[in-house]
Amino acid sequence: MPKLLGLRCRECGAEYELQATHVCEMCFGPLDVVFDYASLKSKVTRARIEAGPPSMWRYRDLLPIEDSTPVVTLGEGFTPLVKADRLGAELGLRNLYLKNDSMNPTNSFKDRVVSVAISWARANGFETIACASTGNLANAVAAYSARAGLECFVFIPVDLEPAKIVSISVFDPNVVAVRGNYDEVNRLCSQLVESTPWAFCNINIRPFYAEGSKTLTFETVEQLGWKLPDEIIIPIASGCQFVRHRQAVSELMDFGLVDSDRVPAFTGAQALGCAPVYQAFHSDTPERVLPVRPNTIARSIAIGNPSDGMYVNRIALATGGVVEAVTEEEIVAAMRLLARTEGIFTETAGGVTIGVLAKLARAGRWNGDEVVVAYVTGHGLKTADVLASVDGHARRVEIDPTLKSFREKVNI
Amino acid sequence: MPQFRIPGPLRRLSQGQITVAVEASDLGAAIEALDARYPGFRDRLLDEKGELRQFVNVYLNDEDVRLGPGLKAKVAEKDEISIVPAVAGGAIPL
Repeated sequence: MPKLLGLRCRECGAEYELQATHVCEMCFGPLDVVFDYASLKSKVTRARIEAGPPSMWRYRDLLPIEDSTPVVTLGEGFTPLVKADRLGAELGLRNLYLKNDSMNPTNSFKDRVVSVAISWARANGFETIACASTGNLANAVAAYSARAGLECFVFIPVDLEPAKIVSISVFDPNVVAVRGNYDEVNRLCSQLVESTPWAFCNINIRPFYAEGSKTLTFETVEQLGWKLPDEIIIPIASGCQFVRHRQAVSELMDFGLVDSDRVPAFTGAQALGCAPVYQAFHSDTPERVLPVRPNTIARSIAIGNPSDGMYVNRIALATGGVVEAVTEEEIVAAMRLLARTEGIFTETAGGVTIGVLAKLARAGRWNGDEVVVAYVTGHGLKTADVLASVDGHARRVEIDPTLKSFREKVNI
Repeated sequence: MPQFRIPGPLRRLSQGQITVAVEASDLGAAIEALDARYPGFRDRLLDEKGELRQFVNVYLNDEDVRLGPGLKAKVAEKDEISIVPAVAGGAIPL
């Protein structure tokens, strides 16, 4: 029995057969995969999940890939959830956790969505995989296409960070560097979808791709002992994963995997240099997200025209969360703070998340006992240039290879 | 005349036409002219307040009109107006 029934428009409810398309012909609303929840409900249990592989594929029943379909995997997901006592102490939080998704095969959260997307595309006869990317997605798409033996085209802004270009190019995809920003790359790809037989992970096969995001929240809750946290801090680019994490919580409740029915507060994090969702959240019309031109070092989340922005604000407001934003200086300071206190090196987008966490904590948002989880979604080596450009390191000394020199320079 | 580029999902409305030229001097009027020729476009592109719908991006010669004057943007001979569906996803259970 197939578990996937079709696609359905989120806005008007129009139904479609399973296919590579993401837009409702009736109203332009986004399409979602429809699962046969009734039959899944009798099947999905904590025990069944816990007996699964130590990867995100332990949640396979809740992903849009049929049981008979071979998956394209590099062991993504089931990343560490670490209790952050030292960072928590600095911020007055006794139950702070970090979901370290920089531990994925290509060092970002994107491996989850890409593993699902390429598995679906290969099973449905696509021979070329493509994407519009700010870098991390292209990295994952290039790696998983290599793994699957499929042709690959990645479209990136021409000024992408050097480290990201290296870690994409090594997999030998066709790299199309577009003279424009991500929003322009995305617009070009949205038009190309119509004239190529390619599976664009984040465009025409987006309904399948996006489902992969849910696993981050499934794992977090399982790792907390099947308990929902009080609040989750999530970086906002298009807003896609934010929406999916909310969906994941509903599925955990619907399938009886958690006992509580108290939905966590969903809080979003943006860089002030690209904060269209934050600006709308703090306006009179939070569901009217107006595009901006991005200008921030947090380039992996620099989307000026975030497609799911209105849903982010709807969810944040409905769950008691907020959308907050931080400056460029606060981003770098938060990257250093996280590294210094917890030994985790995150990229600028992680600096945004931790920066927002720190800002809210210092503003007195929490009394200290709440279970707060921050999603750290990418590795620091991806954006090491932002630290290299800062004036070295205050605790560095240079000495001769002699005891005398050491004693002179290092005061211990 | 300025010319619309119609995306796949809306080509049923334009009877399969990929491009449609219209007589108009600003974007709002161009959408009215498009709707007059192929009824249905107005409802697809504009909400009840007459503003561009959330899931519709309109580009005038590759520039997002919402970053500029929006529906008041002037259009002229040889301008290309591209309609591109936004890319959103994710059921929201509220």
